Parts: sequence; C-alpha cells; structure tokens
Amino acid sequence: MAERPLSPHWQVYKLKYTLTTSFLNRITGVVLSLGLIVLAWWLMAVASGGRAYARTFTVLSMPVFKLLYAALLIAFSYHLVAGIRHLVWDTGRYLERAQSKRSAVLVTFISLVLAIVFLYFAFGAHAS
Amino acid sequence: MSLRSPLGRVLGLGSAKEGVHHWWLQRLTSVALIPLAVWFAVSLITLPSLDHTTVVVWMAQTWTALFLILLVLIGTWHSQLGLRVVVEDYIHSGTKTLALVIITFAHTLIAAAGVFAILKVAFGAAA
Repeated sequence: MAERPLSPHWQVYKLKYTLTTSFLNRITGVVLSLGLIVLAWWLMAVASGGRAYARTFTVLSMPVFKLLYAALLIAFSYHLVAGIRHLVWDTGRYLERAQSKRSAVLVTFISLVLAIVFLYFAFGAHAS
Repeated sequence: MSLRSPLGRVLGLGSAKEGVHHWWLQRLTSVALIPLAVWFAVSLITLPSLDHTTVVVWMAQTWTALFLILLVLIGTWHSQLGLRVVVEDYIHSGTKTLALVIITFAHTLIAAAGVFAILKVAFGAAA
C-alpha cells in the first residue's frame, strides 16, 4: 500500500479529559475482548466434563489469570459506565462542555466504586 | 439507456445507505449487553463455588443457558465491531487486512465454541 499522509493522529493531542476518557473506553474494550477468549475457553472446559474441567481450572486459577480477572472487572466497570455516557450522548443530551466535564468526573467516580465493589466480592468476601 | 454520466447518476443519491449500520449495531449491542453482562458478572461472583458440579447445575438451567448464549453472541458481536474500529483507526499498513481477518475468524470461533459448549451442558451431555 502506498504511504499516504495521515490526518493528525493521537500523538499530537494534549491528553485532556476528553481524550483520556475516550482512550480508556477503547482500552477497556480491548481488554474485555481478551476476556471473551477466556470465557469461551472456560465454557468449553465446562462442556468437556469434570476431569477436563479440573485440569483447565488449575490453569485458570494461576496468579496471571487472577490478575487478568481483576483487570477484567476494572475494565468492565469502566466500559459499562462510560458506555452508558456514550448512549446518553447519542440521544443528543449533555454534550455541552461543562456537562461533559461533569459527566467525565461522574463516570470516573462511579466506575471506581463499581470496580471496588466487584473486586471486593470477587476476591475479598470469600477468599478463593 | 440513460444519457446521464456515471457521476451524475450518483450525485444526490446520498451514501450507500450503510453508513450508520455499524454505528447502530454498536449501540444496539451495547444496550443489550448492559443487563446481560451485569447479570453474568454478578452470577459468577455469587456462585457458591466454581467446581464442575456447581457450574453445570447453574448452566443447565433454562434461563441461564439462554442468557449465556445471548451474552456470548451479542458480546462477540459487540467486541468484533469495536476491535474492527480500533484496527481501522490505528493500523494503516498491509497488516490491517490481516488483523481484520484474524479478528473476524477469532470472534466467529469464540461465538461458535461458546454457544456449542453452553448447549452441550444445557442438554445434559457434559458429565
């Protein structure tokens, strides 16, 4: 493919809250996509019977995967709340600068609380 | 036979009528995923244990199986739409096509595997 000039790319923009929230939504989305692989893997293991499941479960209980589950819960919390913000925007509401700034703070706060709740119940409540 | 030039024929016709298709599907799937994904996360966290028997009993319940299938299908769909945009935005070399093909294949595989596994458990074939 020919090297064609590109329009101004993300590198040239100052990292303001607008860009940050948009970026985070994309990154968390990509992380959640990785989660789909583990979900399918886990479902296939369940369908493969008790013994195969036990083997997969050992692998999926490794610290690396626990780290991934924590990342998935955090990513889900953010992507969910930020996604709702996008859906509200799509109705044409809260698009003014001040409103968008306020909703950015609100999204960050709610998703943080949600993530803490998820992490607490997933890892803290009954330590597994 | 029309005497209009090819350009004249397309002018004023608007887009190919597909411009909002991707955008709309992304919204539609995201709305559906709000309850589905929350339900799934809460279900997994509240399951008393994740051993095989517990998971199979849970997964074989009619509504659980149905919602799980919806989650897998709509989830992979939404994910595919999203990753496609990310690739289209950030990859501009020849690897772009390859990346898009891989994304499509991977999501199809995940969706098929997920639905097959859920159905197998739901129909009681996963001893």
